[in-house]
Amino acid sequence: MAERTQKQKPAPSRNDEIVEAAPAVTESGEKLKAELDDLLDEIDDVLETNAEDFVKSYVQKGGQ
Amino acid sequence: MAIPKVCGIETEYGILVRGTDTNPVAASSLLINAYLAANQRKVGWDFNDEHPGSDARGFRVDDLLAPEVETHLVNAVLTNGARYYVDHAHPEISTPECRTALDALKYDRAAEEIVRASMVAAATVLPASAEVLCHKNNSDGKGNSYGCHENYLVARALPFGRLVNQITPHFVTRQVVVGAGKVGCELPGVTSEQVPFQLSQRADFFEEEVGLETTLKRPIVNTRDEPHCDPVKYRRLHVIVGDANMSETATLVKLGATSIALAMIEDDAMGDDLVLANPVSAIRQVSHDPSLQRTVLLRDGRRMTALEMQWELLRRALSYEQSHGLECVDEAVGRRVLHLWEGMLTGLERDPASVAYQVDWVAKQRLVQGYADRHGASPTDVRLKALDLQYHDLRRERCLALRLGLDTIVSTDEVSSAMTVPPSDTRAYFRGRCLAKWPDHVVAANWDSMVFDIGRDPLRRVPMMEPLRGTAESVQRLIDESNSPAELLAKLGA
Repeated sequence: MAERTQKQKPAPSRNDEIVEAAPAVTESGEKLKAELDDLLDEIDDVLETNAEDFVKSYVQKGGQ
Repeated sequence: MAIPKVCGIETEYGILVRGTDTNPVAASSLLINAYLAANQRKVGWDFNDEHPGSDARGFRVDDLLAPEVETHLVNAVLTNGARYYVDHAHPEISTPECRTALDALKYDRAAEEIVRASMVAAATVLPASAEVLCHKNNSDGKGNSYGCHENYLVARALPFGRLVNQITPHFVTRQVVVGAGKVGCELPGVTSEQVPFQLSQRADFFEEEVGLETTLKRPIVNTRDEPHCDPVKYRRLHVIVGDANMSETATLVKLGATSIALAMIEDDAMGDDLVLANPVSAIRQVSHDPSLQRTVLLRDGRRMTALEMQWELLRRALSYEQSHGLECVDEAVGRRVLHLWEGMLTGLERDPASVAYQVDWVAKQRLVQGYADRHGASPTDVRLKALDLQYHDLRRERCLALRLGLDTIVSTDEVSSAMTVPPSDTRAYFRGRCLAKWPDHVVAANWDSMVFDIGRDPLRRVPMMEPLRGTAESVQRLIDESNSPAELLAKLGA
């Protein structure tokens, strides 16, 4: 019901830098996608050779 | 005005031994001993003042469920003022006391590098076929969790009930910004088909709103009342509800935004109109909803999304900055935290991918989703869980968080220095400098005292009950000019 009215954005800060916090979405989005693709290209070299064994053997004692 | 928000962070690292029949307790000891042998003389921890059974609500439960203090295990003090020890079958590092969230980030990163260096040192004493691997995560995906705890100095005069009521909304909703992400679900009765990915490593393990426990029935607000400083003036809020972050931005905002929220509560500037109807179910619900669309119920009947709650808390923090200033968290660091916090919320609202270099769960989710799309893997494919674990892998060549190129805030030189040099502006300076200069004469140390052997009986205990005394400004010259600890203690009048 009142979900939308709850949203009160902070007043713009005195700090001018904040304007730069949101870069142009499309440009950074393409760069992001390209970097992720590069990582996925080489990920088999990084991943444990036997993922199933690795995950199965990853058993920890509970802590705090 | 709120007192300075001295803070620190303690991380239990996941540990895996391969190629040898060693249990995790022995492996943790081996890891730490190998590091100490390669880097510094071992000085033991002093347990004289540890009271983990004291409860902030005003009673002691030592007789009922004394948390085990395993004094026989490796437990060392480092020259940077940190503690490096074995806790519950995990290697754990507690950073030194820091004056700002930015310093605490620096020492948390230094701790990570100390564990990396320990893995390298351990390899030299293990057979070639064996290895010890460490992960900076909080769950093994099989229902076992281990912690990343934060500590904040708050005024004893602040009523604890107000603190609990007013900080809980932040603890429940901050995971949208600082959650480390997890493939699958460990909440009994909920399958990984139902929740293939969630925001937080830890949310599945919280069962109470308030309480003393840390290893079972974990509470959102922990009541351990063990200030490690003057108990008449101070309280140490021991926060067990956070994830260990790989993103430096997330660590800084986790510590910084929480410090500011605590200062606001201390100055009675938070308000108590954001109370959640059911914090325990809310913390799970928020974690289980990466779409960030579901609302949680407030006690007054309103509903808000976690993101809306975070916006509201940020709005209040910005007006607190205007009315009170941010000196208690350091003005420059405080402003930087507010700026980063706002940028993360803006990004999460408009396009979560745009904060993939700052928000751990977003970075991890994109990687997992990208891999699943490319390989046609189902949401419960075991390879996706392997990606999750390796996001936190501290082997440099296997660490996916490193490969993702997350934003960095502290330089490698700063991190490298923080591995051995203490912060200059807390009592950790005194601890670290004395240890570095006179390792043979420091018999033991803990957070609020040091014990020296000055060659004559008896041993001398130096109390350090004020976290902001013993700084470089007050003791650097005395330490520099003293030729022995006896001379230093005479000059200090101790």
